[in-house]
Amino acid sequence: MATCDKELDARGLNCPLPILRTKKALNDLTGGQTLRVVATDPGAIKDFQAFAKQTGNELVESGEANGEFTFVLRKKA
Amino acid sequence: MSTKKLAIIATKGTLDWGYPPFILASTAAALGYDVQIFFTFYGLQLLRKSLDHLKVTSLGNPGMPMPMPMPVLLQALPGMQSMMTAMMKQKMKSKGVASLEDLRNLCAEADVKMIGCQMTVDLFGFSPSDFIPGIEMGGAATFFEFAGESDICLFM
Repeated sequence: MATCDKELDARGLNCPLPILRTKKALNDLTGGQTLRVVATDPGAIKDFQAFAKQTGNELVESGEANGEFTFVLRKKA
Repeated sequence: MSTKKLAIIATKGTLDWGYPPFILASTAAALGYDVQIFFTFYGLQLLRKSLDHLKVTSLGNPGMPMPMPMPVLLQALPGMQSMMTAMMKQKMKSKGVASLEDLRNLCAEADVKMIGCQMTVDLFGFSPSDFIPGIEMGGAATFFEFAGESDICLFM
């Protein structure tokens, strides 16, 4: 797993908090930097795809293990 | 691409129905939308400084999941509404659902514009000090100024 510029723990949070926290965390990054988010909300899978598509931040990684979902986003340049 | 706009009319003043406007407004703002919410009639309760008074009721709401079957007349007994509200808040907390105050704060931070309906403020005898700071008061024409240009318009 490559290191990311920032990590966000969104475990235990429910819709829409993972997305809102992600948006906030991305604000602290500059274009091209990456953010790793860990979430447990099953709705997050579709939501992160939709978030990436609509905001132009790239979803470079999306995975699931032991009931936890991991997403890596690259901030739009 | 020009910024998309979301206009919401919030008309309900219960704990459960307070969620849809704030969830959708905060999420749309995170997606880059310009968002305005027009609070009218009972929706004004969502602009009060404290939201502790908001309740949820099963009366007139047969779709509400109940922990056990209960005749409607029993549901109407004094104290039942408060009990159901306490149970709902407990459940939301345990499931990681944000509080309404938190969602409202997130909306404010994300520059969601909140407008109170002046007519219903007068009708119910509210004073400006009853509401959170940073909101505006306006009428139907104020709402249409933004809603007329919006991409999505929702009545809740």
